[in-house]
Amino acid sequence: MISRRDFIKKTVIGVAGASIPVAALELLTPRRLRAEKEDKSRVRWVFLVDTYKCVGCGMCVKACKLENEIPYDANVTRTWVERYVTTKDGKVHADTPKGARDGFITSKIDLGTDGSLDIRKEDIDKAFFVPKLCNQCENPPCVQVCPVGATYQAPDGVVLVDRSWCIGCGYCIMGCPYGVRFFHPVYHTAEKCNFCYHRINKGLQTACVQACPFGARRIGNIKDPRDPVAKIITTERVAILKEEYGTKPQVYYIGLDKEVK
Amino acid sequence: MNNHVLRPLLVVILLVVLVLIVRAFYVPKSFGVHQRGYMYGWYRDANVEDWKKFKVKYQGTDYCKDCHAKNHETIMMTPHAIIPCEDCHGPAVDHPSDPAKLTIDKSRELCLRCHYPLAYPTSGRANIRGVDPEKHNPGMECSLCHNPHKPGLEGLK
Amino acid sequence: MVHGELWTAKELFVYPNEYIYWSVQIVMYPFMTGLVAGAFVLSSLYHVFGIKQLKDMARFALVFSFALLFAAPMPIVLHLQHPFRGINVFMTPHFTSAIAAFGIVFSAYGAIVASELWFLYRKHFVDIALPLKEKQDKTLFEWFRFIIFCTLTLGVYDVSEQSLKRDEKAIRVLAAVGIPVACFLHGYAGFIFGSVKANALWMTPLMPVIFIMSAIVSGIALCMLTYIITMEIRKFLASRKKTPYQMYQSREELKSAEINVIKMTARYLLFFLIFAISLELLDLIFRGYTAVKSWDVLRSVIYGRDFTDIFILQYLVGNLIPFILFLLPGLTIRRALLGVVLVIFGVFMMRWNVVIGGQAFSLTFAGYMHYHLPIIPHDWETFKEGLGGALAIFIMPFALFWVLIKIFPVFSFKESH
Repeated sequence: MISRRDFIKKTVIGVAGASIPVAALELLTPRRLRAEKEDKSRVRWVFLVDTYKCVGCGMCVKACKLENEIPYDANVTRTWVERYVTTKDGKVHADTPKGARDGFITSKIDLGTDGSLDIRKEDIDKAFFVPKLCNQCENPPCVQVCPVGATYQAPDGVVLVDRSWCIGCGYCIMGCPYGVRFFHPVYHTAEKCNFCYHRINKGLQTACVQACPFGARRIGNIKDPRDPVAKIITTERVAILKEEYGTKPQVYYIGLDKEVK
Repeated sequence: MNNHVLRPLLVVILLVVLVLIVRAFYVPKSFGVHQRGYMYGWYRDANVEDWKKFKVKYQGTDYCKDCHAKNHETIMMTPHAIIPCEDCHGPAVDHPSDPAKLTIDKSRELCLRCHYPLAYPTSGRANIRGVDPEKHNPGMECSLCHNPHKPGLEGLK
Repeated sequence: MVHGELWTAKELFVYPNEYIYWSVQIVMYPFMTGLVAGAFVLSSLYHVFGIKQLKDMARFALVFSFALLFAAPMPIVLHLQHPFRGINVFMTPHFTSAIAAFGIVFSAYGAIVASELWFLYRKHFVDIALPLKEKQDKTLFEWFRFIIFCTLTLGVYDVSEQSLKRDEKAIRVLAAVGIPVACFLHGYAGFIFGSVKANALWMTPLMPVIFIMSAIVSGIALCMLTYIITMEIRKFLASRKKTPYQMYQSREELKSAEINVIKMTARYLLFFLIFAISLELLDLIFRGYTAVKSWDVLRSVIYGRDFTDIFILQYLVGNLIPFILFLLPGLTIRRALLGVVLVIFGVFMMRWNVVIGGQAFSLTFAGYMHYHLPIIPHDWETFKEGLGGALAIFIMPFALFWVLIKIFPVFSFKESH
C-alpha cells in the first residue's frame, strides 16, 4: 500500500527525473551538432543585382511592402534603393528617401535634418542606383547574437524570424552590418527580408524581382548548375557588400562601385 | 540534516529542476538544433512552414493576361511591355473575387518614377526619356493625354 | 510609428531602417549591472582578503548588492518589445549570444549572493524565529514574521559555535568564487557590446575589461554614497537621543568611524579609477593611431559631435575632478560626498557615450543619428524609454534596500560588540 505522501514524493521525483534528461540534453548533443556538417539540401537561394540596369523607380520597394504587409507609411522597409552621385569635386552624395518607396523623382539629394542639396547635371561625374535587401549571409551575425533562437537560417540559406518567439531585444538589429533589420510596427518583433519565402517555395519570383521592369534583380539557386543566376555568379565578375565583416553575403552585385556603402 | 552548509545548494538545485520542468512543457516540440547546427540552426522548425503559408499578393502578369487579353496584347507591342501589370494596377491578390476591382495608380508621381529626367552616367536611368514635371502640364494626370498601354506619341488621346 | 523613430534624428546618408534602437534603458542596464558587480567586489575585499577596515562596509555592500541585483535586469525587461517573452532566454537559450549567456551567469551570481547572505544572517533568522515559535497566541503580524523567518532558516536551527565556524568558512569560499563571477557577469555586459562587429565604436576586446573596471569604480562609489547618507541619518537620529535609537552608538563615535571607512574605501576607488581611465585612453589612442576605415566617422563623433559628453562631462567632471578631490590631503565627508556623486555621474556618462555614442553614426559611415531623450512622457513607450523610466530604475535599488534591511539589518547594534 502506497501512502499519499509517498505517492506525491515519487511523482515529483519521477517528473523531475523524466524532464531532466530530455530537457537538459536537448541543449547540445554532439550528434545534433554534427548535423551541421551533413549538408543535404539541394537548394541555396542567392540573389543577383545588376546596378547598371536599375533606374531607381522603386517599384520593388512598393511591391515588397505590399506583398509582405509592412505598413506602407512606416519609415522602415525590407528592401530599398540607394542613389549615389559622385560630383566633379570628388565628393560622394548618397540618399534613399523613404527607402525609395516612391522612387527618385527629384534631382535633389535628401540630407535628412540638413535639408537637401540640388546637384547640377554638369557637375556629375557618375551616378547610379543600388538596390539593397537582406544578404542572407552564410554566416549571419544576426542569428549568432539572437539569445533565444527566434531567428535562424533555414536549410536553404534564408534567414527567417519566428514572430511567436522573438522577445524584441534588438540585438540582431544591432548585429547586422547592412542595416536590413528593424522592428515590425505591428508585431513588434524583429523583421527582415526573407526573399519572399512564401513565394520562392511555390516556384514564384520574389515580389521585388517580379515588380522590376528592367531585370535589375534576379533570384536563383546557387546549387543548381543550370540556374542562369548561378551561372552568372560563378562565371562572371560579381561583387558583394562589406566583405570585411566575414558574413559571406549571398546577394551578388554587378557594377558595384567603391563608394557604395 | 547534519551538514547545513549544503542547504542553499539544495534550494538552487530545486530551482533548476523547477525551471527544467517548466521548460519541458513550455518549449514547442519542434524546437531544436537543425541543419545549420547550434549557431545558425537553433529554432522552432514549425516556423518554416508558417512562413511558407504566408499569403501571396502579387500574382504576376501571366495571371492577368487571359481575362485582359486585349490590354495585354496592346502593351506588349510597346516599350512599356516590360512593366508588370501590378506595378500600376496594384497587387491582384484574389482578384476578381477579392478585390473585385483594383485601384489604378494614375498619379503623376507614378510615371515620374521612371520619367523624371535623371541623366545619370553609368545608370540605366539615362536611357529613359524624361520630362520636367514643373514645365510639362503641371498638375495634370499624365493619362489625360498619354495612354500608358500605348506610350508612343501615336497613342496620344 | 516605428520603434526608435520618435527619438532619432537622421542627418546625411543613413540606411532607411537605422534608428537608435538601444536607448536610455540600455544605458541603464550596464550601469546597474556595474553597480551590482562593484558592490559585491567591495564586500569581498573584506571577506576574502580580510581587509579589516572594510568590515562595516562589507556587510552593507553585500545587502546593497543584493538589492541592486533585482534592479539590474529591469532595464532590459523594460526595453524588450515583448517583456513577457523574456523567459524564453531561460527556456531556449542560444549561448552563442552574449545575452543568453548573461541570463545563466546572472542567475548563478544571484544564487551566490543569496547564499552568502544566508550564511551571514542565518543566526539572525534563528534568533528571531525561535522566540516566535515558542510564543503562544501570536498576532497576525507575528505570524507573518514567523513564517518569513522560518522559511529563511531553510529548516536549520543549529547555531552552535561549530556550525557558525562553518558558516564563516562558507562565506569566505562564496565571496572568493563570487569575485570572478561578478567580474564575469559584468565582463559579459561589456562583451554584449564589444562583440557587435557591425558597430565600429563597440567592437574592441578591451570593452569587457573597461566595463569591469568602471563597474567596480561605480559600485564602490555608490556604496560610499549610500553609506554616507545612512550614516548621516543615523547621526541625526543619535543626536535626538530618543528611544529606540539609544542603542546606537553616540554621535561622535559614528563620525570617527564614518570618516575612517570612507578614507579606506576611497583608496580602492582611486586604484580602480586609474585602471579604468588608462584602459579607456588606451582604446582611444589605439583607434586614432591605427585609423582604420571607420576612424573618419568615429573621429568626427568623438572630437566633434560628442565632445562635450565625452571630454567635458565624462573625463573632466566625472573622472579628473573627483580624482583631485580624493587626492588632496585631509579628506572630509562633504568632499567625499561630492567626489562619489561625480564618479557615479562619470561612469553613467561613460555608459551613455558607449551606448548612445555607438549609435550616433550610421552603418554607412556617411551619416549621423542624434538621440533626443524623451523627457515628458505621453505614452507608456516614451515613459519607459525616457527620463522617467531611467529614474525609476535608478531609484528602485534604494527602495529595495530599504525593504531588505528589515530582513537583513546592516548596522551593528552597540550591545552586540
